[in-house]
Amino acid sequence: MPRLLEGILEAFTLIIRLDPELIKIVFLSLRVSGAAIIISTLLGFPLGTWLGLKPEKKTALVNKVIYTLMGLPPVVAGLVIYMLLSRMGLLGVLGLLYTPVAMIIAQVTLALPIVTGLTMVGVRSRGKEVEETARSLGAGPLLSAWTVVRESRISLLGAVVTGFGRVIAEVGAVMMVGGNIEGHTRVMTTAIVLETRKGNFEYAIGLGLILLSLSFVINAFLYRVQRGGEVHL
Amino acid sequence: MFDKNKIFQVFGLLAALVLVTALLAIGCAPKEEEPGGEITLATTTSTYDSGLLDYLNPIFKEKTGIEVKVVSMGTGQAIEHGKNGDADVLLVHDRKAELGLVEEGYFVDRVDVMYNDFIIVGPEADPCGLKEAGNALESLQKLTSGDAEFISRGDDSGTHRLELRLWEAAGVAPEGQEWYVSAGSGMGDTLRMAHEKEAYCITDRGTYVSLKKDLDLVIVFEGDPALFNQYGVMAVNPERHEHVKYDLAKKYIDFLTSDEGQELIAGFTKEGETLFFPGFGLEE
Repeated sequence: MPRLLEGILEAFTLIIRLDPELIKIVFLSLRVSGAAIIISTLLGFPLGTWLGLKPEKKTALVNKVIYTLMGLPPVVAGLVIYMLLSRMGLLGVLGLLYTPVAMIIAQVTLALPIVTGLTMVGVRSRGKEVEETARSLGAGPLLSAWTVVRESRISLLGAVVTGFGRVIAEVGAVMMVGGNIEGHTRVMTTAIVLETRKGNFEYAIGLGLILLSLSFVINAFLYRVQRGGEVHL
Repeated sequence: MFDKNKIFQVFGLLAALVLVTALLAIGCAPKEEEPGGEITLATTTSTYDSGLLDYLNPIFKEKTGIEVKVVSMGTGQAIEHGKNGDADVLLVHDRKAELGLVEEGYFVDRVDVMYNDFIIVGPEADPCGLKEAGNALESLQKLTSGDAEFISRGDDSGTHRLELRLWEAAGVAPEGQEWYVSAGSGMGDTLRMAHEKEAYCITDRGTYVSLKKDLDLVIVFEGDPALFNQYGVMAVNPERHEHVKYDLAKKYIDFLTSDEGQELIAGFTKEGETLFFPGFGLEE
């Protein structure tokens, strides 16, 4: 217990000191995972909506593939992306290994199936009904799809929150393709692994608490949005 | 049926979030390179976690303007990265394998840069009696009594490779034995596992010294020349991988092996102990 308490104290000290190294790490984490979730959302929303509006029988195989990929171990995603981006790999000439871009690519492979899968489920639960109503009121296919998206927004936000939670907390993929390089590709989770390895448990716990607090703030915000959209700008 | 305003607010807000984060993400694009250039060093956890490179690399940067980006992993993985051309220079510790790879043309300019030694640590009570062993092989043979467990790295690191060679020399096949635990972890995690299970393990002295304040483990065997731990530095062969920054890598090798670099390595201490000794530790 005393060590845990020391960890909590360490977390506060780090925050109060505004440790520049820490700030760099936190911002990189947010940028990488933020970019990954945005890309996943831009691709996963339309794809999930489209799949959700199709009859379930027609997409049975795709469903199974997406559900399987939702459980893809991060280190496997990292390994695959490493093998693609390595100088010996197909995309090696781009020289992207050990850059934040590589980390974003790896995290998209983790978040995209989640956003797509949960969107699909959300749309499927009410979508058909809403779509038929919209159609009967004379809406075209695009407008009725948009209506479905609007009506399913709660589950869509849930998809984004879940996807973000997965990538911000993930360590295996960013470690593989980012390399945990100080000042370049070190994010919160890889820093926690490093500090644990070095035996700096207090510092590692401190970082863990900061990560949790950030997640809490982000989720609290998204939760408010999700509660029927009562947001006042 | 729908409250349009609310929906627009939600999506407007989402769009704003998307924009803000997208702008942040653009800041992620690879930054302009350091004026002096930068190289990627693939190295082992033992050199990085000890803090040695955080101490040496800023001095190197000050002298040459070259930024060293360090990627630390097990020796096996580091060598694989080097062979694939994903690093410019390697600092690893598996002398035999390194020399073989230079022979095969993967790496060039290999130099012995520093050494320390491996030690066997275990519980103070020493149930297997390793403190009485006369040499490294004898101490390993004592472990076969099974009175305590032995934790192996099991991760194809330099330390793991040395351990396997020692078992072979001792004529023991430990795999599958009840007392033999393959952890598949880094050095720090392996030491902690040995601590929790009151077991033995082989460790490099540097990692043990760095962590010993949290461990109920003592040195039960040390000093056999078979336990020398030689670190070598080598550049990825530019003839195999055109993109590697061979010239900068060579500068780094020259720095580590220069009189100044060697003195800096000798001057690096932790908890009052020297962790790495400059140069070459074994007569051929």
